[in-house]
Amino acid sequence: MARITKEQVKHVAHLARLSFSEEEMELLTEQLDAIIGFAEQLNELNTDGIEPTTHVLDVKNVLREDVVKESLANEVALKNAPDQQDGQVKVPSILE
Amino acid sequence: MSLIEQSVSAIHKQLREKEITVSDLVAASYKRIAEVDDKVKAFLTLDEENARNYAKQLDEALVGKTEKGILYGLPIGIKDNIVTKGLRTTCASKLLGNFEPVHDATVMGKIRASEAVMIGKLNMDEFAMGSSTENSGFFRTRNPWNIDHVPGGSSGGSAAAVAAGEVLFSLGSDTGGSIRQPASYCGVVGLKPTYGRVSRFGLVAFASSLDQIGPITRSVEDNAYLMQVIAGYDKMDSTSANVEVPDYLASLTCDVQGLKIAVPKEYLAEGVNEDVKNQVLAALKVLEGLGATWEEVSLPHSKYAVATYYLLASSEASANLARFDGVRYGVRSDNGANLIEMYKESRSTGFGDEVKRRIMLGTFALSSGYYDAYYKKAQQVRTLIKKDFDDVLEKYDVIIGPTAPTTAFKIGEKTKDPLTMYANDILTIPVNLAGVPAISVPCGLSNGLPVGLQIIGKHFDESTVYRVAHAFEQVTEHHKAKPQL
Repeated sequence: MARITKEQVKHVAHLARLSFSEEEMELLTEQLDAIIGFAEQLNELNTDGIEPTTHVLDVKNVLREDVVKESLANEVALKNAPDQQDGQVKVPSILE
Repeated sequence: MSLIEQSVSAIHKQLREKEITVSDLVAASYKRIAEVDDKVKAFLTLDEENARNYAKQLDEALVGKTEKGILYGLPIGIKDNIVTKGLRTTCASKLLGNFEPVHDATVMGKIRASEAVMIGKLNMDEFAMGSSTENSGFFRTRNPWNIDHVPGGSSGGSAAAVAAGEVLFSLGSDTGGSIRQPASYCGVVGLKPTYGRVSRFGLVAFASSLDQIGPITRSVEDNAYLMQVIAGYDKMDSTSANVEVPDYLASLTCDVQGLKIAVPKEYLAEGVNEDVKNQVLAALKVLEGLGATWEEVSLPHSKYAVATYYLLASSEASANLARFDGVRYGVRSDNGANLIEMYKESRSTGFGDEVKRRIMLGTFALSSGYYDAYYKKAQQVRTLIKKDFDDVLEKYDVIIGPTAPTTAFKIGEKTKDPLTMYANDILTIPVNLAGVPAISVPCGLSNGLPVGLQIIGKHFDESTVYRVAHAFEQVTEHHKAKPQL
């Protein structure tokens, strides 16, 4: 039985802001199904009560003093922007 | 002057005695690149004019100058996922083909302060996702030992450039083996430091809880020199560890008398090539001869490491790579009527297949209804894998095994099936999941291709890893073998 369907792959693609042709979608469904199938070997292990590891180090939130410091100049910050106008990043219409 | 015959200390002696200049070194580097890089294809971008000018500056300043940087005048290559101010940094992705960083990574600042000369940026698997450098969005790098074979990956350019003598050393990054495996395949020395030891600020993030920058060199001593420069706490990286950095060169004592080595049976099991296994056993014999002892142990959760890694690394990648949306930097597609369409078009044309596959896997693993079954489950198994290492390293000084199950495979051999490629990382991935340091050093050849010995240490104990690697290197000749190009 397929663990992952083409419909699910379409949904995930939208969440990931990616688009695929029908043909790519077929292949991807097959490949993701195989990878997820492989990953299901983790179910052999009983992990009840085991703490998840997010980070190997005992890291905590690191805060800095809230002081004003020099930051990038506007034109430097925009140097790599594909489109800009009046010192701001320009994007396609966001309202229908 | 050939860089392939050189070391940090030998070059510094020649500079001191005025036998050579920094300009000679930099010229030698570009000459070698001109000779062999058509074949090897290690470099994505060269910084020749700046490098030559800087070399001249160093030569001129030398008159009357007594204080020199620790890497003074040495030609270095940098993996192209480490940002370099004003110099194109692409992560080998078409999406970042025209990206010019506006600041330096912390390690780059340290490299510049050490007065090394940056020669250029090195090829890699796109966004460091891959084990062969075949996923570069631009071209494939080839193994200097046999150009029909891959150099490994993802830091394939970094390892190949050092093996081919194009630079003296380089920086790579390692998320699941991306420094150690190419170092093994190309017959050079590569260290993945303890997680948190080297700042990740300015390393384009792939999987933030696993990524580490590390040195790739021709010898253990050179590796220690470079590591000394890049290690240390950085307030710009919130996961950087505020732990004192020891003198790594001082750890190269050649003394391994009484050292306790653990050899996991899972690392010499089925799937590991006979030749590779025999070279590793021979290396253990050498260390025994120096007074170390070894015993077989078990890291029982090793077989789950690959699945755990691909779920966690892909999940983190799916979040990290969300920033590449064609808005603030990178290539934007014109084929989008609205903002969402523009995101989708820019990302789908900019990213390569493997990157898209991993973003999809990660987004799936994090999506509503699947989070507990995949992402959280993998994090719990990570705890078990880490505990395997903690338990063994409580009783032993280091863990030793092969770096990779085989020598470098042929170009195109594993590109069809992602799972075959992933399985190749089975001996390096657990180390990243546990966060411990590990080095790969050359320990022989099999059919003309290098075999790598992996030495794994305790958290923040790179010194012992270096001591063992160096002791082995001093009594063997493997690191002196060179590819014929």
